[in-house]
Amino acid sequence: MDHLLNDQHKLVQKTLRDFTANEVKPLAKAIDEGERFPRETVSKMAEMNLFGLPFDTAYGGAGGDTVSYAIAVLELSKACATTGVILSAHVSLCAAPIATWGNDAQKEAYLPGLLSGASLGAFGLTEPNAGTDAGAQKTVATEHDDHFVLNGNKIFITNAGEADLYIISALTNPDARHRGISLFIVEADTPGFSVGKKEMKLGIRGSSTRELILDNVTVPKANLLGKRDKGFAMIMEILSGGRIGIAAQAVGITEGAIEEALRYTSERKQFGKPIISFQNTQFMLAEMETKKEAAKQLLFKAARYKDQGRPYAKEAAMAKLYAGNTTTEVTQQAVQLFGGYGYTREYDVERMMRDAKITEIYEGTNEAQKMVIANMMMKEGAA
Amino acid sequence: MNIAVLVKQVPNTTEIKVDKETGALIRKGIPTIINPDDLSAVEVALKLKATHGGKVHVFTMGPKSAESMLRELYARGVDDATLLCDKAFAGSDTWSTSLVLSTALKRHRFDLVIAGRQAIDGDTAQVGPQVAEFLGIPHISYVDEIRGVDATHCFLRKKEEKQSMHLKCPFPLLITVLDGIAKPRYMNMTHIFNNASRDVEILDNDALAIEKADLGIKGSPTKVKKTYAKSITKKTTAESLAPEDAAERILAVLREKGGMPDAL
Amino acid sequence: MRYDDGKDCFIYIQHEHGVIENGSLELITKAKELLSDTEENVVAVLLGTLDQNTHDTLADYGADAIIVCEHPDVSAYDCLNHAAVLTEIIETHHPKSFLFPGTVRGRELAPRISARVHTGLTADATRIELDNHEGQTHSLAITRPAFGGNLFATIITPDHVPQMATIRPGVFEMKKVNTPYAKRIDHTTDVELKSPIEIEAIIPKENDNASIADAKLIVSAGRGVKDCLDMVQHVAKTLNAELGASRALVDDGVVAKLSQVGQTGSTVRPLLYMACGISGALQHTAGMDKSETIIAINNDPAAPIFDVADLGIIGDAKEILTHLMRRLDVSNTP
Repeated sequence: MDHLLNDQHKLVQKTLRDFTANEVKPLAKAIDEGERFPRETVSKMAEMNLFGLPFDTAYGGAGGDTVSYAIAVLELSKACATTGVILSAHVSLCAAPIATWGNDAQKEAYLPGLLSGASLGAFGLTEPNAGTDAGAQKTVATEHDDHFVLNGNKIFITNAGEADLYIISALTNPDARHRGISLFIVEADTPGFSVGKKEMKLGIRGSSTRELILDNVTVPKANLLGKRDKGFAMIMEILSGGRIGIAAQAVGITEGAIEEALRYTSERKQFGKPIISFQNTQFMLAEMETKKEAAKQLLFKAARYKDQGRPYAKEAAMAKLYAGNTTTEVTQQAVQLFGGYGYTREYDVERMMRDAKITEIYEGTNEAQKMVIANMMMKEGAA
Repeated sequence: MNIAVLVKQVPNTTEIKVDKETGALIRKGIPTIINPDDLSAVEVALKLKATHGGKVHVFTMGPKSAESMLRELYARGVDDATLLCDKAFAGSDTWSTSLVLSTALKRHRFDLVIAGRQAIDGDTAQVGPQVAEFLGIPHISYVDEIRGVDATHCFLRKKEEKQSMHLKCPFPLLITVLDGIAKPRYMNMTHIFNNASRDVEILDNDALAIEKADLGIKGSPTKVKKTYAKSITKKTTAESLAPEDAAERILAVLREKGGMPDAL
Repeated sequence: MRYDDGKDCFIYIQHEHGVIENGSLELITKAKELLSDTEENVVAVLLGTLDQNTHDTLADYGADAIIVCEHPDVSAYDCLNHAAVLTEIIETHHPKSFLFPGTVRGRELAPRISARVHTGLTADATRIELDNHEGQTHSLAITRPAFGGNLFATIITPDHVPQMATIRPGVFEMKKVNTPYAKRIDHTTDVELKSPIEIEAIIPKENDNASIADAKLIVSAGRGVKDCLDMVQHVAKTLNAELGASRALVDDGVVAKLSQVGQTGSTVRPLLYMACGISGALQHTAGMDKSETIIAINNDPAAPIFDVADLGIIGDAKEILTHLMRRLDVSNTP
C-alpha cells in the first residue's frame, strides 16, 4: 500500500497512528463497557482538524483528499470502531452533503462549525418502516410561505443526541414516493426536534444511536438542501461516499484483529511451543491477511476514483460489501485463535467481533450493495 | 516574538535492545523520532506564538534525512525550518555542535531560544547552555513553566531538586525545558496539506564559514575512546517458588540484611 | 583553553545555607582515590562564605586545599556570575581537571564554562579512571551511559584543559579520611558580576516524604503489580520502607513522580531494594543496580531484573506479597 501513498498521506497515517495509540486505544474498552460516547476524543480530533480533512480550505477544511480520509477512519477503527464511525458519519453524511450541494449561505452558516469540529453532524434517513426501501419513508415536510414543517420519526441514527446538526430526509411530495423526497438541514435545538433513548447495541456501543422525533419542526426555507423533491439522487450519492468511510472502518477493524491474533499466537504456548508454530494457525493467519489486503485494495481504489472525479458508486459498494464480509469473518477467526481468552472481555478481540457485524448492515446492507453492483453491471453491459 | 527552537532527530532509544549473545546494540530497524524534550520545546514555542504573535523557527544539525523531521514540525505549525548539513559537521561533540548551531542562529535575531534539556541518544544536556554561551546570552535550564512574558522580559519557573525558583530575565535568552512542560500537539491535517511540503532551508559550511579546525571529530575537544554495551553478568539464578516459600525466603533476607524494622 | 602546567583536580562545591551537597563530597572522595598515588591535589572550589564548619567538612572528606571567593555577588547561586568567577579561577590556577556534581546547577554551569574556556566536558559520568593517553599522565578516562543507557562510552579530553565532567550524585561513595587538613586560598575577583537574571521567589518543595534517595529500604512497584499497588504500599509501610516505582506506574499516574526510580527518576543505593512486578529494563536498573541487596519478584523468568537481583523469585507478586504480609502481620501481633 505504501507505494500508493504520497508524502502527505504518510504524514496523515503517522499522525493517526500516534493519536490512536495514545488517545483512542486506551479508552476503547471502557467506552464499550460503559456505552459511553467519547466526547473528549472528539475534541482532540477537532484540534487536529480531522473533521475537515477531505474538504477544501475555503470554509476551514484541511485541503486533504478521500484517500487520506480513508486512512484516518481506518487507523482509528483499528483500535476503536466507535471512534472511526463518529468521524465517518460526520464527514460523509453531514459535512459532505452541505459542501457538495449547499448554497453559499448554507456553506457559510454551517461548514465552518462542522469542519472545525465545533459542531458534530448526523444524517437522518432510516425510518422504522424504511430501511433498504428508503423510498418507503413517511416523514413529511409540508411547505409554507417561508418555511417547512417536518413531522415523522427516524431510527438508528448514528451520532444522534450528540450531534448539533442533522441532514434529514422528508417527503415534500408524498404521492411521488422516492421522487418526492427533499433534504433539510436541521439544527439540534429546533423546537419540536428531539431524540429518543439510546439503542442498546451488540457492537460500536460507544456510538450514540438513537431515534429522531420530529414533531412540527419548523425549518426555514433557507435550510432546504439542494432542489426540492430531488433528494433521492443526493441520498444515493451521499451513501456512496459513506460507503468508503464504512469500508475503511471495516478494513481497520480487520487489521486490528489480525495484529492482535498475530501477537497472541506468537506468545501463547501449547504442546510446548507457541501456537503460531502450527501450520493450521499459520494458514488461518495467511488467509485472514490476504482477505484484508484485498479489501484494502478495493477501499483505496474507490477512494482514488472519487478523488479523480471518476464515477465510484460501484467501487464503493464493492469495497463496503467485501470489507464488511471480511471483517465479520476475520474477527470471528481472531476470537477462535485466542481460544477461551478471546471469549472474555479482558481481551479486545471479542469487542472487535461484535463491532464488525454492523459494517454489513448500516449505510446500506450487504444486499443493498449487491443491488448497486448488479445495477452498475447491467448498465455497463456485458463488460 | 521571534522564537528559535533547537531540535534533534534521534533513534528511539527506548526501543533499542542489546543482543544478549554478542553484547552489541541492535540498531537496525530502530525508528527515528523527534527528541521528546525538543518536541515539548516546540510546543512551548507554538503556544507562545499563539498568545503573543511572532514566528517559530526550528534549527537542527544532522544528515539530509533529518528533513523529514522538519516537515513533521511544519505539520505542527512551525513557520521556518533550517537544516545544518555538511560532511564536516559529522562526529562533532557538543562543543562543535553548539558552535554550528549558534553560528546559524546568529544570522537572525531571536528573542527566545528554546532547547530541549537533553537528547535521548547523547544524554548530555550540554548543547543548550553551550549555545547560549556562544550567543552571549543568559540561559536558564530545567524550566518547567513559562509564567509570563512582557515586551522585555520572560518570567519563568525553574525546577531544582529541593525547590522551585521564579526567575525574571530580559530577552534575549535561552531556556532548556523538560518533556513534561507541555504536551506536544499532534500534526495537524491543515498543516499537513498546506505547510508540510514547503521548502526547508539547508545550510552547509560554505554558508556558515566555520573554521574546519573547530568541526567534526578533529574539532571536538572530547573524544570517544571506546564504547561498549553493558555486559550482562547474572548474579544468581532466579528460582520458581511457591508463594509461601517465597515469602519465607524474603523474610530471611530481610532479617539477614537488617531490613526488618525493630518492631518486628 | 591551553596551558602546559595543568595540575590538580578541582571540585565545584555546591552548597546552600551551610549545607554541602553530597554530590560534591562524593567527588572529593573519588578524586582523592584517583590521585592517591600521585603528587596532585584535590582542590575544593567554593563560591560564597566559607565558615569553619564547612572548611572542616571539606577537609574531613579529603580536600587538600579550598579555593574560596567570598564576593557578595556569588554568595547566592547565579549561573552567569558563578561561571564568570570559576572561569577566572581556571585562568588563575590552571587545574588539570574540574569536576561538578551532576545536579541541576552543576549540569547547567559546567557546559557554560566548558564553552567559554574551550574545553571538553563529559556529562553524567558513572566511572572515572586515570588514563595514560599518549603518555599524558593523570589524564582522565570518563565513562558514561548513552543511547538511553544501552551503551557506555569512555570519553577523554586529550588536547584541552581543564578536563571537565559532571557526575551523577549517588554514583560514588563519600568517605571521610584520616588526615584532614585543607589549605585555604582566597580568590578575589576582578570580573564584573552583573547577571541579568533576577530571582523573584524561591519555593521549597513540600517535604511530604523523606527523599527516596536517602532511604535505607525501598519496596518498589512496577507494571506487574499495578492492580495490587495498595498491597505493595502496605508492605512498604510495615517495613518502614520508602515506596519506589518504575516509570510505567508514574506515567500511568498511579504513583507520584518523586517515587520514580531510574534514569529519569532517582538513583538510589539503599541497603535493600525489593522490586515487585518490575521487568528491569535498563532505564530502571540504571537507577538502582548499586543497591546493597536486590530482591526481585516477577512472573516472567526472562525478565532482565533477575540479572541484577541477589534473590530472584519467579512467581506471582500478588500471591507472594499476600503471604509475606501474613507473615509480617503475624510477627507484628504481640
